[in-house]
Amino acid sequence: MTAALPPALQDLADYVTMAAGEIVAEVESIRGELIVWTRTERVLDLLTQLRDDQNLLFKQLLDITAVDYPDRQHRFEVVYNLLSLKHNQRIRVKLAVEEEAVVPSAAGVFSSAIWLEREVWDLFGIFFGEHPDLRRILTDYGFEGHPLRKDFPLTGYVEVRYDEEQKRVVYEPVKLTQEFRTFDFASPWEGMQGILPGDEKAVAEAESGTAEGKA
Amino acid sequence: MTATDVQIKPMTLNFGPQHPAAHGVLRLVLEMDGEVVERADPHIGLLHRGTEKLIEYKTYLQAIPYFDRLDYVSPMNQEHAFALATEKLLGIEPPKRGQYVRVMFCELTRIANHLLNIATFALDVGAMTPILWAFEERERVMEFYERVCGARLHAAYFRPGGVHQDLPAGLVDDIKAFCARFPQHIDHLENLLTDNRIFRQRTVDIGIVSPEEAMDWGFSGPMLRGSGIAWDLRKAQPYDVYDELDFQIPVGKTGDCFARYLVRIEEMRQSIAIIEQCLEKLPEGPVMIESTKVSPPNRAEMKRSMEALIHHFKLYTEGYHVPPGETYTAVEAPKGEFAVFLVSDGSNKPYRCKIRAPGFVHLSAMDQLCRGHMLADSVAILGSMDIVFGEVDR
Repeated sequence: MTAALPPALQDLADYVTMAAGEIVAEVESIRGELIVWTRTERVLDLLTQLRDDQNLLFKQLLDITAVDYPDRQHRFEVVYNLLSLKHNQRIRVKLAVEEEAVVPSAAGVFSSAIWLEREVWDLFGIFFGEHPDLRRILTDYGFEGHPLRKDFPLTGYVEVRYDEEQKRVVYEPVKLTQEFRTFDFASPWEGMQGILPGDEKAVAEAESGTAEGKA
Repeated sequence: MTATDVQIKPMTLNFGPQHPAAHGVLRLVLEMDGEVVERADPHIGLLHRGTEKLIEYKTYLQAIPYFDRLDYVSPMNQEHAFALATEKLLGIEPPKRGQYVRVMFCELTRIANHLLNIATFALDVGAMTPILWAFEERERVMEFYERVCGARLHAAYFRPGGVHQDLPAGLVDDIKAFCARFPQHIDHLENLLTDNRIFRQRTVDIGIVSPEEAMDWGFSGPMLRGSGIAWDLRKAQPYDVYDELDFQIPVGKTGDCFARYLVRIEEMRQSIAIIEQCLEKLPEGPVMIESTKVSPPNRAEMKRSMEALIHHFKLYTEGYHVPPGETYTAVEAPKGEFAVFLVSDGSNKPYRCKIRAPGFVHLSAMDQLCRGHMLADSVAILGSMDIVFGEVDR
């Protein structure tokens, strides 16, 4: 996949692969952006190297986030976005982790990681080992669950209201006055998939029909 | 018990969430030693609306309005980041006129944002007049917003592929007149603040950020430039037509609250220069890419062409499918680097849309910056950070 890289980025990719050696599991590029895959236990080594190497100097950790793929064995991708002011380059460090995995905290390498990791912990439930202050950050006090996981419903589980009798805010299970509607507009507008929506019913009916006929 | 044995427990002070100087809904738990801050623990999330989750359930077009509601004092810059990210995944580029209009409105937004920030910052440290003066000018920018898209604040004007509609008649002249007059208003503001003894006493040498700290904490925008690092994405990694425009990047020297104020003042002057160049160079032509798959057909066509009607219907219900891929696209928003990490799985909805808000990262350094300062200084530091809770809490 590295073929499509612009020359400067290709040099960077080659250099990272050479300098970091076996810390780097794989280098790829998507739409002209460089992505370096690493393993969970080596991520701090890689981040430190990216920060301190004179030819890299990725001194800014701008963002940490995660992406949830519930079907995969390693369910989460943890994504670090780094920026080198000196060389005007961006790089993305990625690692695939399981649900129960403990990712070493980058707070010792970049101070900005403290809150960014708190956010990932809060929203995805990925645990960061040896984090100085791993509390929830965006959700409510006493919130349960991790909202950005794909299996967390959009509506959530609880809703709050002010109770006039108890004179305080109360938490109750979510009640939807109207059914939550997600319309599936995906249709054969662009490129027929061979089967029209609804056709599968006709096929099923035909099959059951033949089965009855035989009986 | 002798006097030396006396242990004074640090006083814990709750600052906000309902406090005019908290710039929204910040709850700051301060551990005080007398009037000196020993530890500041910002509690955020009181305005958390789950924007990222909601976007996963919306089409790309429906996601745009959510960006207005993040940092609600600079809506268009954020739409810009999302529009650019989607364009990158779609592999399209808006027409030149569209790009110029976008850049022009980004800079107008920057002016509106800095006016609000400087004015409320001044209010926090005791100056009442600037907010009255600045809001009058800000209102003029809001009028431009209203004329171009119909809304004063939540514009939803930038779309993947360009901007929604062309400038109405007469707007170009009015923006030109605004540009001619506005530098004078910056002078008025500066008259009130820059050499003001009280303002200087409250801001100079307060909340100093060294260049190393600024990088370590992931700062961007005026927070980074105030510390003497000449870095601006509009210059370093130009998007749209910024590389065709001539402007300067102001850089502070001292890294304190006052330097950040000065950077913002100068950025407004540079924004005026950019807008003037945009008006001068504004080419003729469409403002939106002319692809039936991404942009809606025009009204006249829809009255006659069945094809156009179908495209319009499908575009506003199903939306367009974005090829699989991911991108981290950043723009220089008034507050710093605002970025969208967009992951597409090939469907009509984003698989994941992470919003990188500059304010979130800046606020994370609050503890570091406030430690050892007086309580009143924490307000000045907060003001100079340019925090808006819409984007911090998302």
